[in-house]
Amino acid sequence: MMPVILWSDALFFLLIAVTLGGAGWARRHEHLRASWAMVWASRRARAAAAVLAVFFAIGFVDSLHYRPQLPVEAGKPPAYSVEVLSALDALLTPLRTHTEKTYSAPLATHSFAKETQEAGGRDFPPLKYPGTHLFGTDKVGQDVLYLTLKSIRTGLLIGTLTTLIMLPAAVLLGIVAGYVGGWVDDVIQYLYTTLNSIPGVLLIAAAVLMMQVVIDTHPDWFATAAERADARLLALCAILGITSWTGLCRLLRGETLKLREMEYVQAARAFGVGPLAIMLRHILPNLMHIVLIALVMDFSGLVLAEAVLSYVGIGVDPNTISFGTMINAARLELAREPMVWWSLAAAFVFMFALVLAANLFADAVRDAFDPRAA
Amino acid sequence: MSALLDVRDLSVAIGGRRVVEGVSFGLAAGETFALLGESGCGKSLTALALMRLLPPVARIERGNVEFDGRELFALPESKMRSLRGGGMAMIFQEPATSLNPVMTIGEQIDEVIRLRDGKEGRAVELLEAVGIPDAERRAGEFPFQLSGGMKQRAMIAMALAGEPRLLIADEPTTALDVTIQAQVLDLLKDLQRRRGMALLLITHDLGVAARMADRVGVMHAGQLVEVSDTKQFFRGPAHPYSRRLFASLPENLAKPPEVGGEAKEFLAVQDLTVHFPIRRGLLRRTVGQVRAVDGVSLKVSRGRTLAIVGESGCGKTTAGKAILQLITPTAGRVSLDGRDLDELAPRDVQMVFQDPFGSLNPRLRIGQIIAEGMTAQGIEGDIGALLEQVGLDADMASRYPHEFSGGQRQRIAIARALAVDPRLLICDEPTSALDVSVQAQIIALLRDLQARRGLAYLFITHNISVVDYLAHDVAVMYLGRIVEQGNVDEVLRGAKHPYTQALLAAVPRIDGTSGECLLVPGDPPSPARPPSGCHFHPRCPRVMDRCRAGYPGAVTLSATHRLHCHLYT
Repeated sequence: MMPVILWSDALFFLLIAVTLGGAGWARRHEHLRASWAMVWASRRARAAAAVLAVFFAIGFVDSLHYRPQLPVEAGKPPAYSVEVLSALDALLTPLRTHTEKTYSAPLATHSFAKETQEAGGRDFPPLKYPGTHLFGTDKVGQDVLYLTLKSIRTGLLIGTLTTLIMLPAAVLLGIVAGYVGGWVDDVIQYLYTTLNSIPGVLLIAAAVLMMQVVIDTHPDWFATAAERADARLLALCAILGITSWTGLCRLLRGETLKLREMEYVQAARAFGVGPLAIMLRHILPNLMHIVLIALVMDFSGLVLAEAVLSYVGIGVDPNTISFGTMINAARLELAREPMVWWSLAAAFVFMFALVLAANLFADAVRDAFDPRAA
Repeated sequence: MSALLDVRDLSVAIGGRRVVEGVSFGLAAGETFALLGESGCGKSLTALALMRLLPPVARIERGNVEFDGRELFALPESKMRSLRGGGMAMIFQEPATSLNPVMTIGEQIDEVIRLRDGKEGRAVELLEAVGIPDAERRAGEFPFQLSGGMKQRAMIAMALAGEPRLLIADEPTTALDVTIQAQVLDLLKDLQRRRGMALLLITHDLGVAARMADRVGVMHAGQLVEVSDTKQFFRGPAHPYSRRLFASLPENLAKPPEVGGEAKEFLAVQDLTVHFPIRRGLLRRTVGQVRAVDGVSLKVSRGRTLAIVGESGCGKTTAGKAILQLITPTAGRVSLDGRDLDELAPRDVQMVFQDPFGSLNPRLRIGQIIAEGMTAQGIEGDIGALLEQVGLDADMASRYPHEFSGGQRQRIAIARALAVDPRLLICDEPTSALDVSVQAQIIALLRDLQARRGLAYLFITHNISVVDYLAHDVAVMYLGRIVEQGNVDEVLRGAKHPYTQALLAAVPRIDGTSGECLLVPGDPPSPARPPSGCHFHPRCPRVMDRCRAGYPGAVTLSATHRLHCHLYT
C-alpha cells in the first residue's frame, strides 16, 4: 500500500500537534494550569471532553489515508488502486463492504422495497447481511452507520481548519486596529464592515462555484478523485474563514482599546518598549481567554454551517461524505411513502452529540477563563 | 432615648469564612453612628445585612436586628420590601453606577414615591431639598448630564423620597472631590437635623467620622473592636487598632527633612500645554479644544518633592503624562538638567501609577515585570536587591501579581520604576487606592528612597492632607492652570488664593474643626468651555468685577511663592 497525505490531513495533523504543544505550554504556566483545572473540575466538562475525544479519535484515524496495492502480476511493478482509503475504512471493512442493493430499515432482515421475485410475484427480498445495519442502509445500499462515522472527519475539519485560517487574521487585525488606531483602525474597520454587509451565503456560493470551475478546468492537478474533493473542502474552509473572522476581530479590537489604556501598558511605554513588544507581551496574553472562548464557541457553529451549505448545494464535493450531503439526500427520502427516516436520524444524532459536547465544553471553558464571570 | 435600630450579635459568613462576627450596636432617632474601618473589614456587609440585601454567597449566621420594635430577620420578604425605602434607605459609594442611565432623574425619584404612596410629582420638591439648583430642569435630565456631586445629591433625594427614619450611607463621599465632599456632608447633616433621621455612616475616613458622627464604632477583621462617643474617641482611642489607625494618619507622620542646596534646578517645565481636539460630524472637523493642561510651568530641584494638588479633571494627571511624553504635548518645553526631554533616554524619568491592580500585567511574573524596563534599556540589574529595597523578599520574583495585596503591588510598581535608575519619579496618586495604614507605609518608603537615592519626586495628588508630609513644594492646579505655587509652609499655612483656601478648608480634620470657613458652591466647570476671566470666578466667594473680565497675571509674593489672583494685584 502507498500512504497518501492529503492537504487537509497535513493541516489536521498540524492542528493536533499545535493543540498538544499548547497543552504542554499551558502545563508550565501556573495561571493556565489553574484555569484548566477549573474546567476539569466540572463533571459536565469532563463528559463533554470525553465525547469530543471520541469524535477526534475517529477523525484522526479517518485522516490516515493510503492507496491499497492491487494484486501483483508477475514481472510488473506493483500497481496501486486509484481509490484512496483511510485507516478507518480498514477498521470498518465489514461495514464498508457489506452493501445491500438499496434502502433497508435499521436492523431489518428484508429490503425496504418490494422486488419482482424470480419465483414470481412481488415481495421484500431478504438482505445479504440481515440484522447487521444498525442505522439501515441508504439508496445505493451503503451502511448509514459507516456514512455517519465518515462524516465526522468532514465536520471536524470544517470546524477546526476554518478557525485555523481565520484566527491569525482576526487576532492580528484586531490587535493592530485597537492598538495603533488612527487610519489603520479606519481601514480595518471598513474592511470588516464591508465583509459583514455582503450576505454570507452569496459570497460563499460565488467563491465555491468559482473554485469548482478552476478545479474542473485543471483535472491534471489531481491524481485521484479524493484529492479533488479535498481541494474543494479546503476551499470551503478558506472561504468560511474569510467570512467569519470579522466577529472575533471586532471583539478583540474593543478589548485592545481597553487594554491599551491600562497602566501596565503605559508603564511599558514609559520604559521605551516598542509597540510590537507591547502587543506581544502585554496585549496578546491578556486577550487569549477571549480567543480561546471564541474558538470553542465558533466550532459548533461551523459544523452546523457545513451542513446548511451542503444542503443548499454549495458545500463540500458531492462525493465527500458529510452530514450536509446526508441531510441533502434525506430531503428526497423524507418525501417517499413510507418515509425513509433513518439517514436523517443518524446524521442528526451524531451531529447533535458533537455540537452539544462542543457547546458544553465551550461553556465550561468560558466560565473558567473569563475574568468577568468569576 | 429609645433605640430605633438595635443590632445584637450579628454574624455573617461567606462560604466557611466569617466576615462579620458578633457585631452589636444601637442607634437612636436623630443620631449619627459612624462605622469606621479599612477595606475588607466587613463594614459594608454589616450594612447590607441590616437591609437584608446581602449577595447570595453571604449568609447571616446568627444574631438579630430590631428596627422600630420589629424583628427584621423574622419578617417575610414582602414586608421587608416595604420597609426598605420607607423605614430605612441606603445610598451607595459610586453615584455614577447607582443611577439608571436610561431614565431621567425625575422618573427615578418618582418611581420610589409611587411605590410609597402612589402619588407623583414630588421629585422637583425633593431635588430642591437636596440643594440642586434649577431643579425643574434637572428632573428632566439623564444621569450623564449631571456631575458626580449632583448625582450623589440625586441619590440622596431618591433615598429621602420614602421619608426613611434610618439612612444608611455607605461611603457616600469617597468617589467625590474634597470640595464636593464637604457640600454633600453638610447636606446630609442638615437633612438629618431637619427630618430627625438616624444616620448610619460607613466610612474609612477618620476625618469624615469626626465631622459627622455622634458615636463611632471601629471595625477590624469583622469585629466591632471599639464603640465610643466621638469626642472621647478622638481625644484618645482605647483599642490598640484604633491607635494604629490614628498613628498612620498623614497628619501624624513626621515631616520630610529639608534638603540643602535647593537652588539646583533639575526638571524645568515651561508653558506645557495639552489640548485635546473635540471632533464632530462626518468629516471629524475640530469644533473645539479640551484645554486639559493650559500653560503649566514648574520647576523641581534635585532630591526634592513637588506636589501637584487639584481636584479630578483639573489636568494634573495629564500634565504628569505629558512631562513623561506618554501624551504628546501641544506646546511647551520640558527639560532635565538643561537638556530637552525628548532627547533623553526614558530611563531618567519614570512613573508610579495610581491603580495598583491595573498597573501590573497579570500574565507576567514579578521578576519579568521588574526586568521589563532593564531589558528595554539594555541595563543589568539585580531584581532581588530591588525587591528588598522596597521592603519585599527577593524570592517573590517568581510569583504572579494576583498573589499580592494592594500595598505590596504598589511596592512592586515602585521597584519596577527604580529598576532603570531614574532621577525623577512621577507619582500619580500612588496612595489613593490604598487604606490609610498602607498609605502611611508607602509614603514612608518613598521618603526613605528619596533620602537614599537622591530622587526627585513629582507627586500628583487630590489629597492635600498627605502633601504636608511628603512634599517640599506645592503647586495647586485648577482647570489646567496652576493658580498658586510655593513651598509647603507658604501654600499650606499661608494660602492666599481663595481656591487653595477652600481646598484646605474642605478637608475633614479629625479635630472636627473644618467647615467653619468658606465652602465653595457648585462644581468645577468643564475644561472644554472654561469661564471667561479667572477660571475660578463662578465659585469664588470673594469674586470681583475684574475677575470676570480677564485672567489675572502672576503675583510674586516671595522668591518661591507665586499666585494668579486679582485680589493681590
